[in-house]
Amino acid sequence: MTWLRQGGIGAFIIRRLLLGVLVLVLVSILVFAATQALGDPARAILGRDATPASLAALRAELDLDQSVLGQYLSWAGGLLNGDLGNSLAAQQPVTELLGSRLVNSSVLVLCAAVISIPLSIAIGSWAALRREKAFDTVSSSAMLALAALPEFVVAVLLVMLFATTVLQVLPAISPISPGQRPWDVPEGLVLPTATLVLAVAPYVARIMRASMVEVLESDYVEMARLKGLPERTVLIRHALPNAIGPVFQVIAINLAYLAGGVVVIEYVFNYSGIGSALQDAVVNHDIPVVQALAMLIAGVYVLLNLLADVATILVTPRLRTRL
Amino acid sequence: MSQTGQALAEGVGTPTPPVRSSTLVTRAFRLWRTRIGALFVLILVVVAIVGPYVAPHTASEFVAIPNSPPGGDAGVLGTDYLGQDVLSRFLYGGRGILVMAAVSTAIGLVLGVAIGLVAAYTRNALDDVLMRAMDVIMAFPQIMLALVAVSLVGAQTWVIIVAIAVTTAPRVARVARGAAQPVVERDFVAATESMGLSRVRILTGELLPNILGPMMVEASLRLTYSIGVIAALAFLGLSPDPNGANWGTMIQQNQIALATQPWGALTPIIAIALLTMGTGLFGDGIARTAAGIDRERGDE
Repeated sequence: MTWLRQGGIGAFIIRRLLLGVLVLVLVSILVFAATQALGDPARAILGRDATPASLAALRAELDLDQSVLGQYLSWAGGLLNGDLGNSLAAQQPVTELLGSRLVNSSVLVLCAAVISIPLSIAIGSWAALRREKAFDTVSSSAMLALAALPEFVVAVLLVMLFATTVLQVLPAISPISPGQRPWDVPEGLVLPTATLVLAVAPYVARIMRASMVEVLESDYVEMARLKGLPERTVLIRHALPNAIGPVFQVIAINLAYLAGGVVVIEYVFNYSGIGSALQDAVVNHDIPVVQALAMLIAGVYVLLNLLADVATILVTPRLRTRL
Repeated sequence: MSQTGQALAEGVGTPTPPVRSSTLVTRAFRLWRTRIGALFVLILVVVAIVGPYVAPHTASEFVAIPNSPPGGDAGVLGTDYLGQDVLSRFLYGGRGILVMAAVSTAIGLVLGVAIGLVAAYTRNALDDVLMRAMDVIMAFPQIMLALVAVSLVGAQTWVIIVAIAVTTAPRVARVARGAAQPVVERDFVAATESMGLSRVRILTGELLPNILGPMMVEASLRLTYSIGVIAALAFLGLSPDPNGANWGTMIQQNQIALATQPWGALTPIIAIALLTMGTGLFGDGIARTAAGIDRERGDE
């Protein structure tokens, strides 16, 4: 196993993968324990006046008659096989229930990522180049203010501005009927996407600015300038690749955060994605759905962090020697 | 002598004594952003404390026809979806959010700093175990864990406080550990060890004062998020009193009348926005000041 401790980037990725799997196993234990420990799910579902017979039947359906370890193993085994169990409220497989909603939410998060990442990298870099000048002052203050606002506040403000109080150019809600895809109603995507962009961009732009400021003051950028390279080349070939390393981590954290942050935003816009599914499941005590969504969001988080670590290593050669 | 000179003089002799937190705050207040941030927070705190005593009506009193615009019987901000006075509900609605946010953030900070310091100081298997445990909690977005906890146990005040505290702690712990790691390597820690000081004394007396700067920044950042999550839960209909006056609840209830009577939702929106921007600006002021002090000392 010594090669795992030393050997280069391949071993690093394997090590991070193993760590990610470990975190996921721990997460699954936590999710399972949290949802099982809090009372009898069968009674929670059926209510106080359930008959003993119906309680027993539901317990059998939920595998609650097995030992705790047995229940965990059968649940975790199902997860690995892609069998997430049946929704208690909808009486249909969780995968079927969540499938189209997962697509809807992914479209939203993807749109937000595609717009916010280049935008915030551009704003951050430009602010760093124009340090202490008007653009930097204005954008930094705006980013600071936006970063502090809870996203549902941003969402409702956007609805006021563009859909109700001030202008009426966009729909205030973006429901997606069954069978419809989000891209069938593109105008409905505008405000939710804008909210997510405004929620994420400030963080990425701020870290990009800080990182770029540091790089622009470095010796190698000065050297490149002294060599007489055109400013364009200095920025794109020398400064940007070095400044972008720390930004990957922040992007990953923010995308993972989006996976959870969509809960509130989907609620504001009545958008049928995993966020509103989680909210419904939570209200209905639909434990299999809650468990599946918790594992899904945690899995996204672990995966994104893994990708960010690998990306950081790839763009930061000096970190490779420390592997 | 100027404060700069003082800070430089402090750096000589003893190995970088801690920046006194009072010094840090005093110096941070020279920045406009810190002053504005503190002013915003102060205004909202005063509203939350004094508001209920000066409100013209009670929070649930019928005043005029629902969704009346401002003026006449409807009061300066009009009425909400049930015909209650928006101004009065705004004045009543801050206390719950502020108290829950402050208490939960404080608990999360204490827990997080303790875990972070222990992890940084031990540097062994315990460090790994603690940090993996923190990773597990951080795999869930804060709002999601709070949502699940509230759904399973109910939207009681203590459940919300515990959920926010538990999700705040690992994020604080990571920052505290990162800030404390270089301090642990310093000679004066080894010196206190050789003097036979107890571990608790080393952690609280030697390490903690040296990470107060980053911890104050983290505290205001976490407070900003806690306010956001608590307000968002209320917005989703999950507050201890679903019909009570609460800024988050008000936004949700009056969202439907945005086109005709926007004040019902806009007033609490402004309140929450000022509050979170205030804590955010304040934290940024502290962060800039702390970074400035480090630069003067040549820590960079």
